[in-house]
Amino acid sequence: MPNAERSPHVALFVTCLVDMFRPEIGFASVSLLQQAGCSVEVPERQTCCGQPAFNSGDRASTQDIARQTIEAFDGYEYVVGPSGSCIGMLHHYPELFEATDPWHTRALDLKARAFEITSFLVDVLKFRSVQSEFNGQISYHDSCAGLRELGIKTQPRALLGQVAGLQLNEMDESETCCGFGGTFCVKYPEISNRMVENKTANTAASGADTLVGGDLGCLLNMAGKLKRQGHEIQTRHVVEILAGQCELAAIGESEARKPSAAAASPYDLAKQL
Amino acid sequence: MQITSPAFKQNARIALKDAGLQKALGNLKAGFPVKRAQAIARLPEFDALRDEARDLKNHILENLDIYLEQFESKVQQQGGHVHWCRSSDEACKTILDICKQVDAKTVTKGKSMVSEEINLNDYLEKNGVTPVETDLGEYILQLRGDHPSHIIAPAIHLNLEDVSEAFHQHHHRPKSYDPAVLMQEAREVLREQFVAADVGITGANFLVAETGSTLIVTNEGNGDLTQTLPKTHIVVTSIEKVVPTLEDMTLFLRLLARSATGQEFTVYNTLSSGPRRDNDQDGPENFHVVLVDNGRSDMLGGELQDMLRCIRCSACMNHCPVYGAVGGHSYGWVYPGPMGSVLTPQMVGIEKAALLPNASTFCGKCESVCPVRIPLPKLMRHWREKEFERHLSPKAVRYGIGGWAFFAKRPGLYRLLSRGSNLALRLLGGRKRLIHRLPLGAGWTDGRDMPAPSGKTFMQQWRAKQQAQQKQQHTQQRTQPSSQEQQS
Repeated sequence: MPNAERSPHVALFVTCLVDMFRPEIGFASVSLLQQAGCSVEVPERQTCCGQPAFNSGDRASTQDIARQTIEAFDGYEYVVGPSGSCIGMLHHYPELFEATDPWHTRALDLKARAFEITSFLVDVLKFRSVQSEFNGQISYHDSCAGLRELGIKTQPRALLGQVAGLQLNEMDESETCCGFGGTFCVKYPEISNRMVENKTANTAASGADTLVGGDLGCLLNMAGKLKRQGHEIQTRHVVEILAGQCELAAIGESEARKPSAAAASPYDLAKQL
Repeated sequence: MQITSPAFKQNARIALKDAGLQKALGNLKAGFPVKRAQAIARLPEFDALRDEARDLKNHILENLDIYLEQFESKVQQQGGHVHWCRSSDEACKTILDICKQVDAKTVTKGKSMVSEEINLNDYLEKNGVTPVETDLGEYILQLRGDHPSHIIAPAIHLNLEDVSEAFHQHHHRPKSYDPAVLMQEAREVLREQFVAADVGITGANFLVAETGSTLIVTNEGNGDLTQTLPKTHIVVTSIEKVVPTLEDMTLFLRLLARSATGQEFTVYNTLSSGPRRDNDQDGPENFHVVLVDNGRSDMLGGELQDMLRCIRCSACMNHCPVYGAVGGHSYGWVYPGPMGSVLTPQMVGIEKAALLPNASTFCGKCESVCPVRIPLPKLMRHWREKEFERHLSPKAVRYGIGGWAFFAKRPGLYRLLSRGSNLALRLLGGRKRLIHRLPLGAGWTDGRDMPAPSGKTFMQQWRAKQQAQQKQQHTQQRTQPSSQEQQS
């Protein structure tokens, strides 16, 4: 538990996808952490968590990247990122090193300080004063690594429950993988495609106008599929809604527009016919 | 059985377009996982039982030799025989020898995945012994010259029409689409086979060391007829199935039925403890247990040892979104789904099976439902590491990961790369901020669009903001003292 007398010192782990594709998520994270009373820094020497190498079987590169990440986040009280997958990867670091290796100890130390943002806000800071409004119906996709490696399920919902005007329509199979899987989506595109089709069908059936999740990889995958299918459903990272940033264009959109469940997409119409 | 695992991608492509298969897979998804969840909701201590089962299996694997030898001597005391077989070949030869000793023409078979693993049916047929499958699913497959696509529901890839057609062709009776009629038809045909068989072959779900018993669970009762009617009963199974006591067995039975089909208990749980004794009403005169190793003892003491905890419940494949999309045959060998993606490389070689442990998003659903808590994603990653170490990974992956890792280890260069890629993707996205076709990224854009970056990288924007803030602070600091001077 952070000391109430002083502000928790947080290093933001931006994650490479947020850095590259959707800086808004990084800024929303900073804003939320500051609202919760943290002092936030963005360490310069961070890159990627190393998951692509880890899951491709390249253990040597993974170890190198882990060492470099451990050093980049040395000395911060907490390391917080807007991704269950990337933070989950930091939690894998100890298993990369033998128990006698000093890096093992340092990896354990990082693991103890590393949190996914909704879990950090709810479980660590007990943050209960979300200042945001969202007039629309959302459905929440539980990204796999966050859900099953870090136990993130109730935390984003607890925070979203404080957003004025927001209605949550749970979809069927919200805990089923969207088919992203990092390099999986390009190594097995047809299977990945089938999985994301199931996901967009369940999203549409929920009646939500906005699909929300906590991992940008999954969100890019699902937004890309929704776009290709001609759906009107928008896609956003949970922190964008919590930080009240919905005046900005949603993922894969060029301009902001109001979510409207009433506007049926050509795809939905075709299915009804 | 021909191994088509190297063609996993082609197999999957065909499977995704097979309307009949997709319909059947839809039924699977709506069946087993739902029933499992209901059964578990009725058993609050389920997770505690899983821990207990994991720990007990670990203990058994640490002492496997002791329990197996205890089992062997018990079986021998009861007048049975135990045969130790290192490989599929040894196991097949051993079984054929026993069949020849009793001059067997036909053998009935209960469902056994180990017999699929050692390819027993083909071997027996080539050597003049006719095997007859008696599990309904296996029987349908045998008529069709097909193989199981699932370890407990072998014909799950078929629909009623397929069964109807197969029966019509082979039984020469009027075609029916009524499951009850088809069931009765199978019963009548198989009844003759049960009586005529010289040898009955079954698998075993568990071997009990303290009593020298083998156990099978079935829902059809075919296993009982297979092992009690013929004069000779052969149990073909693998070494990791042994448990110390009958009580230990019941722990696994509680987990197995619930994890597999969502039943509280399987309908028939049949123990065999040696041949017929003098005062027994029925039972075989000869009792043989064929213990197959087939690479399993190589897994002991290594990273893959956890896989030997597997009790073959099929929960991992029932819940796997990849299995659910492509079905079991796509995996190209006997064991499909997550457990198969770990076992197949061990048994047929990583060279042939490398695509299987890669065909996972590591969503972790399999591990979350495994009754003995096997860390399946971790074990699949183990195989990916073996593949990478041995330079078997495709060049695109190897060079791609290598090149990317080069930058990820060097923050300065990484910033330049991410800035460049960010700019390039923004240009490709155009005003719509959406990429419909990505050069070298067809894997992504064939099926979906790619959202383009919404602006410069976060790091660029963050740094610009910090610098602007610092500038503001500097100017404030510079202007503040002078204004104070003016005031004073």
